[in-house]
Amino acid sequence: MTVEDLSVPAHWRRRLTYYRLVAGRCKKCGRLHYPPAPACPYCGSKDLELIEINNKGKLETYTIIYSAPGKSRGRAPIIVGVVNIEGLRIVSELTDIEPEELKTGIDVEPVLRRMDEDTNKGIIRYAIKFRPVLVPKSEERG
Amino acid sequence: MQDILRPESKVGIHGWGTYVPRYRLPMNEILRMWGWPPGQEKGLGMKEKAVAGLDEDSVTMGWEAALNAIKRAKVNPGKIGAVFFGTESKPYAVKPSATIIAEALGITPETMASDLEFACRAASEGLRSTIGLVASNMIEYGLVIGSDTAQSSPGDVLEFTASSGAVAYIIGSRKGSVAYFEGSYTYVTDTPDFWRRALAPYPKHGEGFTGEPAYFHHIEMSVKGLLEELGLRPSDFDYAVFHQPNGKFPLRVATRLGFPKEKVLPGLVTPEIGNTYNASALLGLARVLDTARPGERVLVAPFGSGAGSDAYSVVVTDVIEERKNLAPKFNDYLLRKKTIDYALYAKYRRLYISYY
Ligand SMILES: [Zn+2]
Repeated sequence: MTVEDLSVPAHWRRRLTYYRLVAGRCKKCGRLHYPPAPACPYCGSKDLELIEINNKGKLETYTIIYSAPGKSRGRAPIIVGVVNIEGLRIVSELTDIEPEELKTGIDVEPVLRRMDEDTNKGIIRYAIKFRPVLVPKSEERG
Repeated sequence: MQDILRPESKVGIHGWGTYVPRYRLPMNEILRMWGWPPGQEKGLGMKEKAVAGLDEDSVTMGWEAALNAIKRAKVNPGKIGAVFFGTESKPYAVKPSATIIAEALGITPETMASDLEFACRAASEGLRSTIGLVASNMIEYGLVIGSDTAQSSPGDVLEFTASSGAVAYIIGSRKGSVAYFEGSYTYVTDTPDFWRRALAPYPKHGEGFTGEPAYFHHIEMSVKGLLEELGLRPSDFDYAVFHQPNGKFPLRVATRLGFPKEKVLPGLVTPEIGNTYNASALLGLARVLDTARPGERVLVAPFGSGAGSDAYSVVVTDVIEERKNLAPKFNDYLLRKKTIDYALYAKYRRLYISYY
């Protein structure tokens, strides 16, 4: 997900979407959308179901936000990408990657991270970000 | 050994999972920053330490370790009846971390869930409690997580070792487990070797006092107690894993207990990633399980300041082979690293005070 300054109840209501990458699937046209909306963004049907899509995806494109506003300044550079999981395009922050390591087409996977926090007294908002897929290297070293 | 009377023998590990953050701080950065004498880190047996990124904390690291443990256990998260989160770096002083992880992994709502605190030993208390819950059939599976972003005052000697990492175990019945317990033993006293007062950002420690009356006494007593109860000797074990506040203490306590160095090194993770506090010894066990063979016996002895130690005897079963590759291994995380300098470390550890 990307940064949103949500109120405590608003983040709480969407927690499954943020924590588990729960998407909406339209029972009429079969297409996926994320985050889940009240109606299918493609055909308008309200006959929807929620499904979990914790799979690996491909990074289609990205942007690097160097001039992060306000309290996000401390997190700069913020990298936001479009991740394609089985045809579903998700706009999400990327993590565990530096600007010079970015490349379109790399495999990425969802991980739970701190999205932001409401000063040091308020709520901590956790949500899924994407990071480069962890490639098993230990076999090489035995 | 009266196996039938021992509740531990009905219980085993179904899945294990580890997590180490990507960033590493080399020891020479700490030497340079704070004017330590060259070679100061060698006395601690340290090479570099793992540093959590800006968007990580004990909850996010514990989540990934738990996810890996669930993958290996091949268990439906809804069947997990207890989540114990051992840490001394809770993101919230009041509000359970365990519920955040349980919710994110689909374990809620029919489960016990709580955060435990006993310095570095809380997760181990969670493990021993979970063994009891499973043995008594109160729950089918339990999830035990040890996770810490360990705090250390800038310039304190603790800074060489205090690091970040997580480990998790799915505990269930002995049947179908990758490793079962033979016994466990706990030894605690009131020993003020290390503490952090409420609202204090960094802990205080008793320097030399942390060794002899704290670490060595409690681990030696718990291990000797376990060996006596089970009628086992150090030579009966293939591996010995002790709490690892630095790279030296575990080797020294092993020698004193009669375990050769070769049995300690496979589970010794601190020299390369630092002391991960509640993960530490349990992370060492996980690394041993990554490559262990059926029939091998492991001694595990976590320790926590304040002070206490648990000792466990664990025997690997042939189920382990099919589970090893179901999730990333400790060494996968170890080799995925990016070296940072002290300035970035200070940013990631939130040592700067910014006004936006
Ligand atoms: Zn539709």
